[in-house]
Amino acid sequence: MSNLVDEWSAPATQRDGRRPGTRGRDGQESRMLARRSRAQTRVRWELLRNLIRKDLKVKYKGSTLGFAWSLANPLLLLAVYTLVFQVIMSAGVPRFGVYLMSGLLIWNAFSASVSSASGSVVFNANLVKKVRFPLPVLPLSAVGFALVHFVLQLIVLFVVVAALGYSFVGLQLFLLLPAFAIAMIFTVGLSMLVSGLNVRYRDTEHLLEVALLAWFWLNPIVYPVGLIHKLLREWTWIYFLNPMATVVATFQRAIYKGPSVNPATGQGILADPGYLFYLEHLAIAGVISLGLLWLGIHVFRRMQADFAEDL
Amino acid sequence: MSAQQSPAEPAVIEASGNIAVTPAPPDTPSVGDAGVSTPVVIQATGVGKKFVSYHRRATSLKELFVRRGRTHGDDFWALRDIDVEIGRGQTVGLAGANGSGKSTLLKVLAGILRPTQGDVSVTGRIASLLELGAGFNGELTGRDNVYLNASLLGLSRREIDRMFDSIVDFAELPHKIDDEVKHYSSGQYVRLGFAVAVHVDPDVLLVDEVLAVGDEAFQKKCLAKIDAFRAEGRTILFVTHSLDLIESMCDRILVLESGSMIFDGAPAVGTRLLRQRLGSLSSDGPVPHEFAVARPVSVTFSRDPGGPPQVQFNPGDRLTVSIALDVTEHAPERLYLHTYALGPHELPVWLMETPPGGVPCAAGTLTVDFTVPALPELLGAFAISVHVSDAATGAELTRRRFEDLFGINGSQAGGLLKIDYETGARP
Repeated sequence: MSNLVDEWSAPATQRDGRRPGTRGRDGQESRMLARRSRAQTRVRWELLRNLIRKDLKVKYKGSTLGFAWSLANPLLLLAVYTLVFQVIMSAGVPRFGVYLMSGLLIWNAFSASVSSASGSVVFNANLVKKVRFPLPVLPLSAVGFALVHFVLQLIVLFVVVAALGYSFVGLQLFLLLPAFAIAMIFTVGLSMLVSGLNVRYRDTEHLLEVALLAWFWLNPIVYPVGLIHKLLREWTWIYFLNPMATVVATFQRAIYKGPSVNPATGQGILADPGYLFYLEHLAIAGVISLGLLWLGIHVFRRMQADFAEDL
Repeated sequence: MSAQQSPAEPAVIEASGNIAVTPAPPDTPSVGDAGVSTPVVIQATGVGKKFVSYHRRATSLKELFVRRGRTHGDDFWALRDIDVEIGRGQTVGLAGANGSGKSTLLKVLAGILRPTQGDVSVTGRIASLLELGAGFNGELTGRDNVYLNASLLGLSRREIDRMFDSIVDFAELPHKIDDEVKHYSSGQYVRLGFAVAVHVDPDVLLVDEVLAVGDEAFQKKCLAKIDAFRAEGRTILFVTHSLDLIESMCDRILVLESGSMIFDGAPAVGTRLLRQRLGSLSSDGPVPHEFAVARPVSVTFSRDPGGPPQVQFNPGDRLTVSIALDVTEHAPERLYLHTYALGPHELPVWLMETPPGGVPCAAGTLTVDFTVPALPELLGAFAISVHVSDAATGAELTRRRFEDLFGINGSQAGGLLKIDYETGARP
């Protein structure tokens, strides 16, 4: 288990191991008891896995196609957007469907994680009030649930893109790794923050829903990032202070690959044709995300001791 | 518990001519101390739990930013100054009237509620049966729920695999374990919940009044399981309204009243106290003196209040009857005592009483002195019987007849009382 996970242990009042060293005689036994009591207050991967599996089971129970539905959803979007924006409206981006999907999937994963995490503690009120268990697993399993969908949808996207005959294989795919890592840090951080706050301040959930709708348009998902360059010029860096904008742009660079400029109109599609731009901006986004993660964990730990009372 | 405590600073309050009330220092322990020699697994030190009234608390973002500190309007202390140590292997009953803080204490010990004050530490794996089947998901099968619930309680998959069959057997659900839990009857649901909770191999079992559910056969089974836990040396703390259950199963009882612990000790004494506090003994008349809130513990005889005790007196001597009472903090503010000196055949020979308004008392030892300036010409041995009442209501709290005797060596031979008489004879 990583140190990060250990950080999410319960508040001091729930800790065991009182007066270390005063029970030398049963030292071994007390260590065993401490371990067993820790299992109830620390986030364990196994528990997280079980919770995610439960959510998946509950969601797709009784449906014949089950999981296929969550894969059909992005496929349908891909078809519709390709039709609407490329054939009917002409958005000025070749292979618009692929462009859209390469940014949309990671945004959807982020958005679904955060909005379901925000209500996760309140939704499980009965559990929180009656059973002692590591509470951070609630928002974390919401993130995990969205993550499972994201990974499968991404695989489907690759398959479809390959089937359409577009090339996406290349060195630029390695950009996915840091972009994905930073997206996860940012998502987990924000999920912890809103799920913790929402228990006492129930407005959080609703505020977040509205904010996510607006936030969506602050990312170059539907429109090409060249529009922002044109609009903000040397102030474009402000736009990229939003870590998700950087993540989305990097995903597009990695999956959509190019062309970075519309050959017909001269309009910029990708943020940059190279690599350095993305690495630099990912570094900034990484710092912001780590800050948010720290804040999220801190706030969650502060609030969690009062969850049972606030619910 | 030593009752005859000589006061460090005898503050004598003259209540009337011959009654002196001597309150003891206030630090007299009034809560029994059950000695703990085994390793402590549950420890609470100075635990208090305050609930902030919901509408007084900042619940919107605006309030969060506009007003930093929370207001303290309708705060309510559900627990105050709870100190308790529970050693490994003890079975402890937690009792008290509704709203006395039992469930709150259990939740604080279970690590679900954070204490506002003080510290709690519990060592080992806790299984809290606060509600059976809490966390079951109706859409999932019994099997999935067992795995999920046990996982929440800290078990690894391997551990659950090992216990699974025994859980299903205990719940008596082998044929339904792969059905969705929403199709279970409430009895089946509860059985599965209990089965999981007791099979997670807990070091500490916290049980909140959950045994009241289910049919009688299953209740018996649950109790048998808890009994088996006792035998295995696990620590059990359970909340129940069934004092009979506490008497039969517990080594120790904690009695809560209005958030404070008023008793910690032997179940027989604690349940007696609680029955009295709950009023279920009132129909039987006054409470036996051992369980009274103001308990007459001893009587001594001397010439002067606080003087050297003696048992033989002569007519004309000064006699002081000193009655020591152990007063708990739940005693009324003023006590009214009436005391008979009993002669042969329990015959009340004379009465001594406090003024009708009673005497003030505080928790601790209280000594009430009745002084007779000059004993009359009596012959014989006398005992003392004291009745203690609440001076405000007149309700008798308890009575006690002491075995101690004092003698008066009157010159009268035969009979009790020497009186003047004349004698004559007529045809």
